[in-house]
Amino acid sequence: MSVIGSYRLRLQRKRWRIRAFRKRRELTAVADRTDAIKPDDILLFSTLRNERVRLPYFLRYYRDMGVAHFLIVDNGSDDGSAEYLREQKDVSLWTTNKSYKRARFGVDWLNWLQRKYGHGHWCLVVDPDEFLIYPFCDTRPLRALTDWLDASSIRSFGAMLVDMYPKGPIDAQPYRAGDDPFQIASWFDSGNYMIRKNPKFGNLWIQGGPRTRAFFSDNPERAPALNKIPLVKWERGFTYVSSTHMLLPRGLNHVYDEWGGEKTSGCLLHAKFLDTFSVKAKEELERRQHYANSHEYRAYEARLRDDPDLWCRWSEKFINWRQMEILGLMSKGNWA
Amino acid sequence: MSVGFVMLVHEALNRAEQVARHWARRGCPVVIHVDKRVDRQEFAKFASSLSDLENVKFSGRHRCDWGTWSLVEATISATRQMLAQFPEVRHVYLASGSCLPLRPVKELVAYLEKRPLTDFIESVTTEDVPWTVGGLDEERFTLRFPFSWKKHRKLFDAYVRLQRRVGFKRRIPAGLVPHMGSQWWCLTRQTLTAVFDDPSFDEYVRYFRKVWIPDESFFQTMVRLYSTNIESRSLTLSKFDFQGKPHIFYDDHMQLLRRSDCFVARKIWPFANKLYDGLLSDEGTIMTGAEPNPGKIDRIFSKATERRTKGRPGLYMQSRFPNDDWENGKTSAEYSVFEGFAELFEDFEAWLDRNISARAHGHLFGPERVEFAGGAEVFSGALTDSAAIRDYNPQAFLTNLIWNTRGERQTFQFGPRDNQAISWFMAKDANAQISVISGAWAVPLFRSNKDFSVIRKEAARLQKIEAEHLSILRSPWTKARVRVWTLAEFVEAPMEPLQAIIDEIGARSAHQLTTAPRMVPLEGFGQFLQNLKNQGMHPYLMGDFTPGAAVGRNRRSADKPYLVK
Repeated sequence: MSVIGSYRLRLQRKRWRIRAFRKRRELTAVADRTDAIKPDDILLFSTLRNERVRLPYFLRYYRDMGVAHFLIVDNGSDDGSAEYLREQKDVSLWTTNKSYKRARFGVDWLNWLQRKYGHGHWCLVVDPDEFLIYPFCDTRPLRALTDWLDASSIRSFGAMLVDMYPKGPIDAQPYRAGDDPFQIASWFDSGNYMIRKNPKFGNLWIQGGPRTRAFFSDNPERAPALNKIPLVKWERGFTYVSSTHMLLPRGLNHVYDEWGGEKTSGCLLHAKFLDTFSVKAKEELERRQHYANSHEYRAYEARLRDDPDLWCRWSEKFINWRQMEILGLMSKGNWA
Repeated sequence: MSVGFVMLVHEALNRAEQVARHWARRGCPVVIHVDKRVDRQEFAKFASSLSDLENVKFSGRHRCDWGTWSLVEATISATRQMLAQFPEVRHVYLASGSCLPLRPVKELVAYLEKRPLTDFIESVTTEDVPWTVGGLDEERFTLRFPFSWKKHRKLFDAYVRLQRRVGFKRRIPAGLVPHMGSQWWCLTRQTLTAVFDDPSFDEYVRYFRKVWIPDESFFQTMVRLYSTNIESRSLTLSKFDFQGKPHIFYDDHMQLLRRSDCFVARKIWPFANKLYDGLLSDEGTIMTGAEPNPGKIDRIFSKATERRTKGRPGLYMQSRFPNDDWENGKTSAEYSVFEGFAELFEDFEAWLDRNISARAHGHLFGPERVEFAGGAEVFSGALTDSAAIRDYNPQAFLTNLIWNTRGERQTFQFGPRDNQAISWFMAKDANAQISVISGAWAVPLFRSNKDFSVIRKEAARLQKIEAEHLSILRSPWTKARVRVWTLAEFVEAPMEPLQAIIDEIGARSAHQLTTAPRMVPLEGFGQFLQNLKNQGMHPYLMGDFTPGAAVGRNRRSADKPYLVK
């Protein structure tokens, strides 16, 4: 990368930081419990809208993993999400009714909160339908991973998004608050992911899985990106560029090895395709607050109306992280 | 009691307290050195938490920096204190705050009592050390290192380079032969006092002060002067990864650790509650008397290092995306590509399927769709037959297919009508076995019922594409196993090449091929080529067909299943 190129990226990073700074005014604190954050705590940041039914399991999952504090932006929910979150002792909640799209799909808001509260902490940024798994997550808490990353001088940890889906129509089994979503959506695509490198930011761009297969088979370049870097030892100057797909400074995007080895990585199990999905898709289509004019949601609607089953005979049923590692979707790297 | 523990502690004081208490309670004196960087309050708390134990002492505190003399200094002062205050101690065991005993103290004591004069210390000459990270082994002893490796890496490296260029070398004190090894040892009083009381001790200290990472070389070198009986191995199980940092043990290593029969392990993750609770509890009656055997743990950690440095060949994923030619195997397994066979033989895929133990696909890179075996719409790994998705990233398609079907060989048809974007990749892939009958694409044209002008144009196009493909296969970068026949050659004697290919893939039965695939009738093919020539096109990839001549023989061999004895 040339000097000019890297200077441009520096300017861009500043621009996102200034933008986040301006967007801070859109946030109103509803419950600010950030005083309770201790220096070593692992923090979780999330933006959501109308996810009340998912919240109990989501919070429990990450509490059990060892997340000490949740910092959440509620984007105008009207289903009781805010009321529920306000009561949780380990949640700090901000609310806003401003445009999700114009806050670059929530990135600006979270960049601001991370800058203010995340400095020096391991920060996990996930949506309420994303569930992190990492090597040994059944026997070692998240703290074991972050301690090891610290000891190895690694600042960011990649976890690819894996879309999970049920067998049969996606709305056949209702999801109830508190349930494990992967009891219903327990299937995934194991080996149809396509990767290329993004030369500008140095990250990998991954597409594939059931969404590409079912919704974008004529138009794969528009299929959603699955590469994610959700866990970062945050510093004030860092910013996410687009969702959690990539960051600046670009060194943080180097979560892969280029000389044949494997770095340690995890997966974000994506519980998007539950019965809640069709309602959500309709709502998002009306709001038009998603990426690229919500073309993704339009594609979903078109396909799912005719054939609401994503399952195929080569779908793989989720068992545990070891299975994902054997399939080559994630890696232990040199963590043993 | 014959063994005392010297503990170097700098973090996780609560765990260090637990372990110190464990040893002290079982009658082993402990001298603890706490890094000066631990703040005074914390230290005071730690000291008072152990104040109920008579045989736990604290030594003068030093500020310890990794890779510097300060660590050895701390060790020396704590060890001296141990020898002075606990005259009954015969062996001194050097441990850290993140060490954890794996076997009952009684067993260690019994083990050492049987070996009263043995010094356990890994001590190897610099020539024989394979593990140094950063390439410094002998030079650790002959260069100067005024800059911190952790904080000023660039200065450190620059200064090393400068000294190499200038040819600077420190003098090693007479009589010393540099040795290195794990810093965790267990030495006898006899040896330790001999080292400390050496008249030249101060000179040695002056020298080692400026050696790089002296904690891995000071005692390792000094014992060679005095010890009568060195066991060159550490009693502490401690593994290092490819960057030279210690592997860490967690709760899920419990069984491994127990079965290793080692006495002490490090480093333990401070929050590994099950390990601490389980191994510090007083079950203490195992008495296997077994020799330490870290073999199994070694394997796990060396596998981890291999995964980090070499990875799984042919796997492309979020944390392994090798640069070109660094793949260490472009694909994960061998596969076969057939070009022109399906055009020349009527039932080639079915025949292949009968005769080899492998999956026989059609034209995977065909223009209309991906022709998976059996016409499947979806295949292993949920790959779909969408040509658009495949063409979006042909390389990912192929590497995924081969990865997903590990354990089953894949074969597929390829030709000039297919997406050529994969040509270079296959050619450079040592796992590819590519067999080409050049010019066979003309056979379907010959048999088609199209206007001759259309055929002529199509023939010219396909010939151009195949010629380009063949030149790729013949390039010096090609690593694939390539075989090329012209159509004319192949039609002459088809069985021999078929047999060779099948043998390489692995036939279903050990016998020779008994049936040939059925060749399409080629009567008039020579004339067809002549017509193309007459129209001004030059079909050359199929070799020489004299109009009329070769056809009869081909027909016969095609009509009767060819029998080879």
